[in-house]
Amino acid sequence: MLAKALSISLFGLSGQVIEVETDISSNLPAFVLVGLPDASVNEAAARVRAAANNSKLPLPGRRITVNLSPASVPKQGSSFDLSIAVSVLAAAGYFDASRVEGTIFFGELALDGRIKPVMGVLAAVVAAKQLGISKMVIPSGNLAEVARISGITIVGYDHLTQLVSDLGVSIPVIPNSKHKFEHKKTFESAGCFSEVVGQEEAVAAMKLAAVGGHHILMVGPPGAGKTMLASRLPGILPKLSEEQAIEIGAIRSLSRLNEFEFSDLPPMQSPHHTASLAAMVGGGSSQPRPGLISLAHRGVLFLDEAPEFQSPVLEALRQPLESGQITISRASGQAVFPAKFQLVLAANPCPCGFAFGAGKDCTCSSSARVRYLSKLSGPLSDRIDLRLQLNPVNASLVTALHPVVSETSSSIQNQVISARKISSTRLMNTPWKLNSEVSGSYLRRELRLGQGVTKQLDYALDQRLISMRGYDRCLRLAWSISDLAGRESPTAEDVSLAGFYRGAEL
Amino acid sequence: MPTPPNRKHVLGLYGEKVAGQYLQSLGYEILERNWRCSLGEIDLIARDHARYVFVEVKTRNGAGFGHPFEAITEIKLGRLRKLVSEWCRSRQLSGIDVRIDAVSVLVNRGKIELEHLKQVF
Repeated sequence: MLAKALSISLFGLSGQVIEVETDISSNLPAFVLVGLPDASVNEAAARVRAAANNSKLPLPGRRITVNLSPASVPKQGSSFDLSIAVSVLAAAGYFDASRVEGTIFFGELALDGRIKPVMGVLAAVVAAKQLGISKMVIPSGNLAEVARISGITIVGYDHLTQLVSDLGVSIPVIPNSKHKFEHKKTFESAGCFSEVVGQEEAVAAMKLAAVGGHHILMVGPPGAGKTMLASRLPGILPKLSEEQAIEIGAIRSLSRLNEFEFSDLPPMQSPHHTASLAAMVGGGSSQPRPGLISLAHRGVLFLDEAPEFQSPVLEALRQPLESGQITISRASGQAVFPAKFQLVLAANPCPCGFAFGAGKDCTCSSSARVRYLSKLSGPLSDRIDLRLQLNPVNASLVTALHPVVSETSSSIQNQVISARKISSTRLMNTPWKLNSEVSGSYLRRELRLGQGVTKQLDYALDQRLISMRGYDRCLRLAWSISDLAGRESPTAEDVSLAGFYRGAEL
Repeated sequence: MPTPPNRKHVLGLYGEKVAGQYLQSLGYEILERNWRCSLGEIDLIARDHARYVFVEVKTRNGAGFGHPFEAITEIKLGRLRKLVSEWCRSRQLSGIDVRIDAVSVLVNRGKIELEHLKQVF
């Protein structure tokens, strides 16, 4: 009485097919689970036995040995319940094991036989598809999150009896429970830029940030609109492709239980400044979970009050900013999560927030002011192409009969899309897609601009007013400005405008 | 020590009788019934050709409290193992083949279901 069913074990986003083998031997009743299960998998024995009994599928009074193979791969979580139940029921002779060959079972069992939604279903389905699996059985509560997946047959069940009766066993099927899992509706939408009054410069800078994927730092007093501007950035970025949305959904499925909807809006994460290191980059002892930087993959990571974040948290952003991914190493293995995000930092000019303009209202000492922003200096600020000084909105702008409002987000988005088309055509044969990613040497050699165009910059470099790095940063921005304007290559004006947006070295 | 016969006791004795008949029908020779020492009791001791078989018999009336085999716990098996060596010592037998079996007798509305598990340790 031997049977086998398949499940999948996730480590980060990568999956491995696990064979769940069951042997029922003529020995005194026992339920033994072997193959490196952790505590939560070990508890599956009790759940499976109770779920089977309560589904009118009594298990034989014999020794049941379940092996999760390969035995060397650590397994954790309650998602093995379903595969163990299927394997055991097949071994008990309720149906032929060949009926479930090649199908992956993923879900948790309740004691009454209900199949409960679990975490990581989308990630598991994506991983299974990559491993060439053609069919997967999941809890019906998780069906919504895999709705967009094609190329793999996905079947959802509410109750063990439904699954078993579909496998050819005639038993009374327990219908779907009335207390159905309600999918939480979240309406994700970024606000529109037309709600922004004044701050034309800042809106223009946001546009540039969207075109070139430039990281941006906004320094301004409280109430100047930093958060308002940042939260509208995802709305002007190009919409996510199906593939990208699935990629992000898979990451989200590992971090929250059924709390997301598919969205083609690039994600945005705005953590509070007390966020811990593990929350930011990801972590977890046995099963690594994605952090905020991975949840902001292909979107925006907005750090409001950036200097208030703990230094190690800010420093930890450096490596993912460079490589676009984060490797979480644990004793049990390494998990790689994508983390290609656009960083938006916001800061007050000083601890009290009033050191703008002439700085008359500021009560901070000069050393406190220096200390405050110096937290952002160093390697992190090297990656920031755009620095923006925001001033409070003038009362006359707000109360004017026809206040100056910026364009709508959708109109800006169209400009961004066409500008990105220009840059991606130019960078077609390079490893880069966006202006912000292009290396300095490539900018200065392959994309060399005329002497007349870079005259101002060359002079500034000669006079040591800017560093070499600052020089490259200006060039990158200049290309984004020219792409946005639809020009072939930057003009001298574009370069000097770039010099303005680059701002002072911190 | 003679115990007053009650329903449970009578059922147990009946089960052991049925199990003994069954083993005899398999060709086993029954050597002892309810062999006792200070450690406890062996329900049946039989010989299957050259092999000595020690049998724990569990009898139940209806399956309301689970399968009879479920009542044979690891602790009981451990005690049975000690009893086996104790019996061998008392008979001055050594170097013999032994086996521990379990027999369940389920009495359900006048019908008897019997199950036999060999080598249960």
